[in-house]
Amino acid sequence: MSGSQTQIDQFLDREYAAGFVTTVEMEAFPKGLNEDIVRMISAKKNEPDFLLQWRLEAFRNWQQMVHPQWAQVVYPPIDFQDIYYYAAPKSKKDAPKSLAEVDPELLKTYEKLGVPLHERAALAGVAVDAVFDSVSVATTFKDKLAAHGIIFCSFSDAVRDHPELVRQYLGTVVSQGDNFYAALNSAVFSDGSFVYIPKGVKCPMELSTYFRINAQNTGQFERTLIIADEGAQVSYLEGCTAPKRDENQLHAAVVELVALEGAHIKYSTVQNWYPGDKDGKGGIYNFVTKRGECRGARSRISWTQVETGSAITWKYPSVILKGDDSVGEFYSVALTNNYQQADTGTKMIHLGKNTRSTILSKGISAGRGQNAYRGLVKVLKGAKGARNYTQCDSLLIGERCGAHTFPYIEVKNPTARVEHEASTSRIGEDQLFYCQQRGISAEDAVSMIVNGFCKEVFKELPMEFAVEAQKLLGVSLEGSVG
Amino acid sequence: MSSLISIRNLTASVEGKEILKGLNLDIGPGEIHAIMGPNGSGKSTLSNVLAGRENYQVTGGEVLFEGRDLLALAPEERAREGIFLAFQYPVEIPGVSNVYLLKAAVNALRKHRGLPELDAMDFLTLVKQKMKSVEMNPEFLHRSVNEGFSGGEKKRNEILQMTLLEPKFAILDETDSGLDIDALKIVADGVNRLRNPERSMLVITHYQRLLDYIVPDYVHVLSGGRIVKSGGKELALELEERGYGWLETQPRAAAGRPA
Repeated sequence: MSGSQTQIDQFLDREYAAGFVTTVEMEAFPKGLNEDIVRMISAKKNEPDFLLQWRLEAFRNWQQMVHPQWAQVVYPPIDFQDIYYYAAPKSKKDAPKSLAEVDPELLKTYEKLGVPLHERAALAGVAVDAVFDSVSVATTFKDKLAAHGIIFCSFSDAVRDHPELVRQYLGTVVSQGDNFYAALNSAVFSDGSFVYIPKGVKCPMELSTYFRINAQNTGQFERTLIIADEGAQVSYLEGCTAPKRDENQLHAAVVELVALEGAHIKYSTVQNWYPGDKDGKGGIYNFVTKRGECRGARSRISWTQVETGSAITWKYPSVILKGDDSVGEFYSVALTNNYQQADTGTKMIHLGKNTRSTILSKGISAGRGQNAYRGLVKVLKGAKGARNYTQCDSLLIGERCGAHTFPYIEVKNPTARVEHEASTSRIGEDQLFYCQQRGISAEDAVSMIVNGFCKEVFKELPMEFAVEAQKLLGVSLEGSVG
Repeated sequence: MSSLISIRNLTASVEGKEILKGLNLDIGPGEIHAIMGPNGSGKSTLSNVLAGRENYQVTGGEVLFEGRDLLALAPEERAREGIFLAFQYPVEIPGVSNVYLLKAAVNALRKHRGLPELDAMDFLTLVKQKMKSVEMNPEFLHRSVNEGFSGGEKKRNEILQMTLLEPKFAILDETDSGLDIDALKIVADGVNRLRNPERSMLVITHYQRLLDYIVPDYVHVLSGGRIVKSGGKELALELEERGYGWLETQPRAAAGRPA
């Protein structure tokens, strides 16, 4: 092995910078899943009967389904009876009272990531009202949003306060029986976010998890539903660049977006769940179903994701382009290091006339990481003049990682235009040496090359997020280059 | 005068094969030395060893730079100390803009020298002025490093970097390869402008042609991993006429600067 290979290895050989455990007394239902558990979850949340019935239908669907095997990922079978399906902190009293009680290493990581101080507190699971008046902040924003008629709350609150909206839209994009994990989520989801933007309203601020601390302590089965009514616009930021608490290994969320005529939804994710250690032990299985529907004409849905965490990522944020002239976009950076595996991509389903979609996927594999892009572009018969452009680039760091591309294209309308471009490159010893010969350390060189590779996706992120994402990649690739 | 760089009995191998077999060379401040030699004589190995490329193993001898052990330093430390290698085949780095790399490099060196780092505005002013000297269009700043550059553009980019980094010791590794005569003149002009009493250069070339434009103080012939003949600039002309064959059979000559 050459010296530079050793250097790359050292470089990749880094610890999860943000790993931590917060001991909080939890209230949990017994392990395992059956109808009673589903009923208990629903009862615990005082849900209306329609929702209980909906969950039960999902559960029955799920029981009939087989665990999907098609993804380019390898993991031992999951015992679904060995998982807690409901767990919540008993009381906020048990949480750290202030940042002073939080692991200083963790705070250092947040500092590195550039997370604002008050947000650091929230991320660390601090009972935030003790250090920062998040209640009033949240209220301030809530008032401001309410003045525009915008609803932004936890999913549970939406079920309680706006059951008619939930009933009208829930499961209309991702049905209970859509796939194995979506069905599971539909049966047992504990909480999540709900957004409704009324007709013609442009949401005056970026909506992010930062503004709703409660939802951050929810379990691993989140459900998010965002509805942009006619002409409405919203930008939603999900996740954070730090780990969240998670009792279990499995995380199966569902996100549904509905864009009515002329509406725009921009959904950005920076995902940094625990990826497991450098030997591939532990880590989150991130099996997520995200889909948006451009239901009305001239609507637009845009997904941007930066995926750096999780042991396994299995996720295809998709857009159904139903409305004429609607637009779907998918911008993705997925980084896998050590033994991480990612099988991610998108589906663009063109139904309406003159619908357009853009897919830009950047996969980075390092260590023994495996990164697969899987994408479907489907143009149905009625989608006259549909257009798709797909660009799919892979970057390899080191010798033992892998990149795979699985593009599926189905075109049933002869006027459609579908373009696909793909490239694979490797950060070579020669590139690192070139940079080093100019006085730049190998570590900075890798970071520079990776950021350059991701540039086109980062520019789709809201500004603050882009900066965080860039720093996150820097931290993720931090190591001990001699 | 003491040497800026002093190479003593240097042996080095690549993938287990010995290429340099006891090379001696002293270069004083401000001197330009040319190394000529047939293919496979060890010219590129010498430049890579001096710059610190890791798959070139030094098996013996020493290299002193300003009296310090150069071989103990990491490649980026050598660069920061003032060693610059103009690559024979500058590598492409897609996605990283040229200006970004240049600024990172300049600031890495400034930091090392205890100077304040340049901000974007100051750097742009500086780099645009330097680009004029090598007749490079400012549009190259915003293109990815060397990506889609022609052979001549790549070499000019190397000289631009050298101009910005102001090294104490520059190695030009077959800088003339792949250049037409116009490009060669521009590159040579750029190099000549950088000549000064403190800056030394090692010009590695296969052909005499480059030395018409970058006139060396000394010419050495490298053959079989050793310097087999040294002389003044007229040696290059002799080589042009007679080729290398007559030297390869000669006994090992005394190396270094002629007395």
